[in-house]
Amino acid sequence: MTDTQRSGRVREINGPIVTIDLPGVRSGEQVKIGELGLIGEVISLSGEQAVVQTYESTDGVRPGEPAVGLGWPLSAELGPGLLGGIFDGVQRPLEKIAMESGDYIRRGLALPALDRTKQWDFEPNDALELGARVGPGTVLGTVQETATIVHKVLVPPNVQGELTELAPAGAYDIESTIAQVRDARSGTTQPGPSHRLSLYHRWPVRRPRPYAQRDDGISPLITGQRVIDSFFPQLKGGKGAVPGPFGAGKTVVQQQVARWSNADIVIYVGCGERGNELVDVLETFPQLEDPYTGRKLMEKTLLVANTSNMPVVAREASIYIGLTMAEYYRDMGYDVVMLADSTSRWAEALREVSGRLGQMPVEEGYPAYLASRLAAVYERAGRVETYGAGSGSVTLIGAVSPPGGDFSEPVTSHTKDIIETFWALSKELADARHYPSIDWVTSFSAHVHTAAEWWHEQVDPAWEPRRAQALGLLARDAELARIVNLVGPEALSDTQRWELEGASLVKEGVLQQSALDEVDTFCSPQKQFALLDLVLSIYDQGAELVELGVPVSELQNLPQLAKVRRCKSMYNSDQVDSIRSFAREVGEALEKIRLEYAKQNQAA
Amino acid sequence: MSIKEYRTASEARGGLIVVRDTPGVAFGDRVRITDERGETRDGQVIRAADDEVLILVFEGTDDLDLSGIWVRFLDQPVEIALSPELLGREFNGLGEPRDGRPPVLSNLRRAVGGSAINPAARTYPREFIQTGVSTIDGLNSLVRGQKLPIFSGSGLPHNRLAAQIVRQAKLKDEDSSFSIVFAAMGVSYADAKFFRDEFASSGVLRNVVMFVNLADDPPVERLTLPRTALTAAEYLAYELDRHVLVVMTDMTYYAEALREVATAKGDVPARKGYPGYLYSDLAEIYERCGRIHNRHGSITMVPVVSMPSDDITHPIPDLTGYITEGQIVLSRELHNQGIYPPVHISPSLSRLMKDGIGKDDTREDHPHVAAQLYALYARALETRNLASIIGADELSERDRRYLKFADDFDQAFVGQGESEDRSIEATLNLAWELMSKFPRDMLTRMSETELAKYYQGSA
Repeated sequence: MTDTQRSGRVREINGPIVTIDLPGVRSGEQVKIGELGLIGEVISLSGEQAVVQTYESTDGVRPGEPAVGLGWPLSAELGPGLLGGIFDGVQRPLEKIAMESGDYIRRGLALPALDRTKQWDFEPNDALELGARVGPGTVLGTVQETATIVHKVLVPPNVQGELTELAPAGAYDIESTIAQVRDARSGTTQPGPSHRLSLYHRWPVRRPRPYAQRDDGISPLITGQRVIDSFFPQLKGGKGAVPGPFGAGKTVVQQQVARWSNADIVIYVGCGERGNELVDVLETFPQLEDPYTGRKLMEKTLLVANTSNMPVVAREASIYIGLTMAEYYRDMGYDVVMLADSTSRWAEALREVSGRLGQMPVEEGYPAYLASRLAAVYERAGRVETYGAGSGSVTLIGAVSPPGGDFSEPVTSHTKDIIETFWALSKELADARHYPSIDWVTSFSAHVHTAAEWWHEQVDPAWEPRRAQALGLLARDAELARIVNLVGPEALSDTQRWELEGASLVKEGVLQQSALDEVDTFCSPQKQFALLDLVLSIYDQGAELVELGVPVSELQNLPQLAKVRRCKSMYNSDQVDSIRSFAREVGEALEKIRLEYAKQNQAA
Repeated sequence: MSIKEYRTASEARGGLIVVRDTPGVAFGDRVRITDERGETRDGQVIRAADDEVLILVFEGTDDLDLSGIWVRFLDQPVEIALSPELLGREFNGLGEPRDGRPPVLSNLRRAVGGSAINPAARTYPREFIQTGVSTIDGLNSLVRGQKLPIFSGSGLPHNRLAAQIVRQAKLKDEDSSFSIVFAAMGVSYADAKFFRDEFASSGVLRNVVMFVNLADDPPVERLTLPRTALTAAEYLAYELDRHVLVVMTDMTYYAEALREVATAKGDVPARKGYPGYLYSDLAEIYERCGRIHNRHGSITMVPVVSMPSDDITHPIPDLTGYITEGQIVLSRELHNQGIYPPVHISPSLSRLMKDGIGKDDTREDHPHVAAQLYALYARALETRNLASIIGADELSERDRRYLKFADDFDQAFVGQGESEDRSIEATLNLAWELMSKFPRDMLTRMSETELAKYYQGSA
């Protein structure tokens, strides 16, 4: 891809937007600006002039300084060594930058994402013989990237032909030759050029990586969060959004999913968010254990960090960098979950650049292409049949930060049209410290039916009816709450009051979940169902008692009801039996009351 | 480039001038403009092209005769001289003295623009700061390196609260006090004087650097003022190893100045006329606070944001809330009831609280106490609403208990004296006193051991 570098000059600097004279430069090409060598990307062409958005601050750049076309578009390095790393929005390794330039990021530093000196133990794929036809996605061999993740070395998407050389097992750095593939040009007898393959390759981030075919999602992404898994499930390969005003707990929801989901790889993209939050992830993840493998969480995680104070153009790029790495691991047959916090900041970066270009704004200053760009980003999620490594998936969950918490604003409303699960966070719930503040009225999941098959097979065939019953109770609660607000609780019948109590049990005993509580922070599907079943059984049984004339206050004063609300943090996911036996205990207590009343009724 | 002067200014509008035929001027450079009377103004290049540059004039473009001015490009960015002498002094937004004393001389000069802290070099803030204010310490704790704004409205006592925090803030069991950087943007003379007197009377003046731009000073200067102040704060924190508390008031006037200039430049407006880059611009300021690996000092920030018409969804508080690590929200309702500080706890939040409190930092029951108080108060407010509709007499006994709690909480826990410095233990004990009026079973967020140790009620 490397052409001879072409050189031109800077004409005008307007913040991150630089106009250059550079004949022959391509749209999308990377350009090096000025004496400092700031990297930018061509976003429009007009005659010999090109408009470049730069990934770093342009302070001090003068008209007349050089501009050099690099000949390739913005690309990500893909190879072993990504996991456990933290990269900026254009995939520069931040830890290495810190070593080079100290606490602040110096401009014009060009550092490759992958370590050039590290040696990796390569195991060739025994099934491959020299002379075999190989193509995109063929697994050439493997490298143990971290203790849990086997990195498959793939033939890059644009290479096809006859394998003429495959390196034997041994230690290699990422630039060493691992294989040679002679291009097979169809229709000619001439041998084509030979491709030298190493442990890594580059891929232009704005182009989705190809796959054999698209598949439907089949199993839910288990996040260990009750309101998500049990009420608004996400499938592996699905796309979802978490909108919420500030302070509603978007970041905690995203971090909980990153911590506890049963994905093989987690990619966390901090896009225009707080520096301290990323540090939280950076400091805690290396210590946290993955509940599925018992290994350190950081071994399957990688971070892309473009905090709010880092240059805005790199913020726009960071989502694509993250997605490309996600697709790369998907192509090895892994289930990847990518969290983008926040897509609103990404959209604002688009707006900022389009505003500087003087493009016509459509809604709230956003450019007309906002909806199509958003759709194209989310569409890169999905479960696919890869070329050579079975099926893999990318689940994309984007946080949305609507201004003023107004869900009708452009980014939220366009996102809502594209995604399949919508976990709407509510300010009211957050103010009452009901966390996660996912609102059961406005949230939705298009995956309930598919997820139900999994739940019925793996957990309990009563899952779908129980879920529906709980949501019905919550809807009834909202209705009754309106009556109470108008005329007071005295106007309610006993049955209605018991419905309120039932809904309150669902809210406090099931929906509320503390990310800070050691036990409650993760909840296995079995425990989730046990809790839901516990609460609803009590409600059902109590409803019968109320019919018999038992006053609601007598039921409310049952000492067990306080324990029902605490159950979630008393028993961990291995103690589902204890929850079940507690459920029997409550059932017996209620039965006793029933017998008493039945006796009284008979006597009367 | 040799330092040259140009007489080719061709346009002036809203704090901006255009100068033609100026090859090779660097973007972001500082500019000095001299008029025919010999008076000078400062500016900065905000767009540089081959044939013309656009200059932001900090003192504004009023009373400027374009044909009579000389424009000189200083070939350096906007900088401030840094030395320990800064402490005890007062400057304007460009770092020039306002206190009638000579300028600070130092070889160490630094561009005020700053650069982004590498997230990999940051340390997570986790040291509890005791402010002596119950609603902050108990429910929305501040930690070293946090940015926690006060969201307020006109006429509310945000300045008094900010001053109280400055006076009382200290680490638990430690006397090391903070150095204070005070940045005033567009505030009234009276407000600036209030702070100056406050610093003087509490004896911290020698530990304070003030950067002041009053309401009648040129608004354009407000754009550099927080950056100049933070450059000084970074110097104090990371080079002199001090813990710095930055108080900035009022960010709303800063954002309005930004809008004024953006409009003059012809930038595409996003919401309410504010430019699309308001978020990034505010983030450049707020994100300069924090803690860094292997550096002893820290920068903690308490910006004051007045919400236009008390509207928390207005772009300025809204975007601020998305960047800062929480917010302390003042309520007009509480203020009208004579409660000081009128902190409305429901929308208030501290995101960094969780790691700064608990067994080793404050007290083991602190996290649960905070959660329990929030839950009780949320329920109590619902009851209060209900009571206002159907009357308190119609309430059940349980609900009347909540109603009483809401009143007690507002009076005793939220309300406190302006010079009352409550220790965190006092705050937590007060919380238990209030919670103990509920039956034990209703305190579902507390653990059994905590109840056994602190619960004072009868049942």
